[in-house]
Amino acid sequence: MSRELERRALLGRALAFGAAGLLTGCDYDNLQHPDLADRFLRAMSSWNDRVQAALFNPHTLAPTFPASAITRPPRFNAYYDRDQVRVVDGASWKLELSGLVAERRAWTLADLRAAPQQSQITRLVCVEGWRVIGQWGGVPLGWFLRRIGADTRARYVSFRCADGYYSSIDMASALQPQTILALDFLGKPLTPAFGFPLRLRIPTKLGFKNPKSLVALGVTNVYPGGYWEDQGYNWFSGS
Amino acid sequence: MRPIHPWPLRLMHWLNALAIVTLIGSGWQIYNAAPLFPFSFPEAITIGQWLGGAVAWHLAAIWLLVLNGVSYLIWGTVSGHFRRKLAPPGPRAIWADLLAALRFRLPHEHGRYNAVQRALYLAVIALGVLAVLSGLAVWKPVQLWWLSDLFGGFRASRYVHFFAMAGIVGFLAVHLALVALVPRVLWPMIAGGRDQGAVR
Ligand code: HEM
Repeated sequence: MSRELERRALLGRALAFGAAGLLTGCDYDNLQHPDLADRFLRAMSSWNDRVQAALFNPHTLAPTFPASAITRPPRFNAYYDRDQVRVVDGASWKLELSGLVAERRAWTLADLRAAPQQSQITRLVCVEGWRVIGQWGGVPLGWFLRRIGADTRARYVSFRCADGYYSSIDMASALQPQTILALDFLGKPLTPAFGFPLRLRIPTKLGFKNPKSLVALGVTNVYPGGYWEDQGYNWFSGS
Repeated sequence: MRPIHPWPLRLMHWLNALAIVTLIGSGWQIYNAAPLFPFSFPEAITIGQWLGGAVAWHLAAIWLLVLNGVSYLIWGTVSGHFRRKLAPPGPRAIWADLLAALRFRLPHEHGRYNAVQRALYLAVIALGVLAVLSGLAVWKPVQLWWLSDLFGGFRASRYVHFFAMAGIVGFLAVHLALVALVPRVLWPMIAGGRDQGAVR
């Protein structure tokens, strides 16, 4: 009996200790030195990536809205303030291509303007919990990937931006018909604050998966991560 | 002798408490990133330290809540626990027991829940289901668009999710107050206890 009680007390203490250790963990505050909680959260997050990939239906379209629903004025958001937006020179700008693509020639703005265009009024949902509705126009990413001879069986499409931001998405979401390389916002060319000259617009993912002012696109099987993703945001972050 | 609370119930109850506390604490931190009302939750009582940490805790703890909750619903149905202990009370029974409780004339019988208790437990189970469904609608407004539409869209889902949380917090306040008033019910929920019929 006393043995049994002792065993129970020990077990109870071990459980309490474990729970306390988890709850007071560092929660991604120093990923160079991940503690037990960080490793647990990482494992759960990659499990959640797999569940979301399974849940993703390539034929499910994000809802579209009438022009009257567009959020005005549009909401600026970046990892820095609006007065720190970098201005890209459109005339010399090029989109560099890398990785598993057959035609690596960089694309100019004129090249992209000459490609087939698609316009959409969709909802952008932020990980913070707010949402805005906007109109974006540009080149369907699926068309673009096929045009450059990308290996569409590869796992990831990665993006780098003029401001140092970077992100990546899964191939299935990249090929979803509403995923576009946007050139226009609200019927006009993108402004610097909203991603001039080119941004990813992907209404099936959260806002931070829509990188702005793109300078490079890659196709790869090596996990590319992302600016926020590397700090602990869930990678797939599908809507 | 049979325990007052069988071990599966005790295990699931405390796992649920762990999941709920983690979800509420991290949920408050997520709420603070874009408050629905003109108030925020004090940082000190949130979990996750920043939005990324809070989302990670929230999406980890939800697995515990759902797996544990589904186990509870199956166990409760198959074992006859719901039929024996949680039969839905009528409004009259609730009223009578509530009046008695407010006059401190409601005896606690180990292993038997009075009408007010049953109403509260059934309500919090329903709120838990509502919180999970509205949470799914907030998480996947595109893939689960029908669920999102059911709650009236993305923003409305956020409100429903918030009020489900508020209801659970309200339940917890009453639940903990009742345990504090009748502390001898606590040990059986931990160790099982011995069912010796009614205890006054
Ligand atoms: C964290 C502190 C908690 C304490 C100290 C606590 C304590 C207790 C106790 C002592 C009982 C048995 C009451 C009796 O025998 O009359 C009980 C039952 C119950 N508690 Fe809690 N509880 C806690 C958290 C929670 C939470 C977070 C929830 C749900 C949101 C919850 C839901 C329930 C339910 C549904 C029952 C009835 C279970 C059944 O018989 O199926 N409790 N609790």
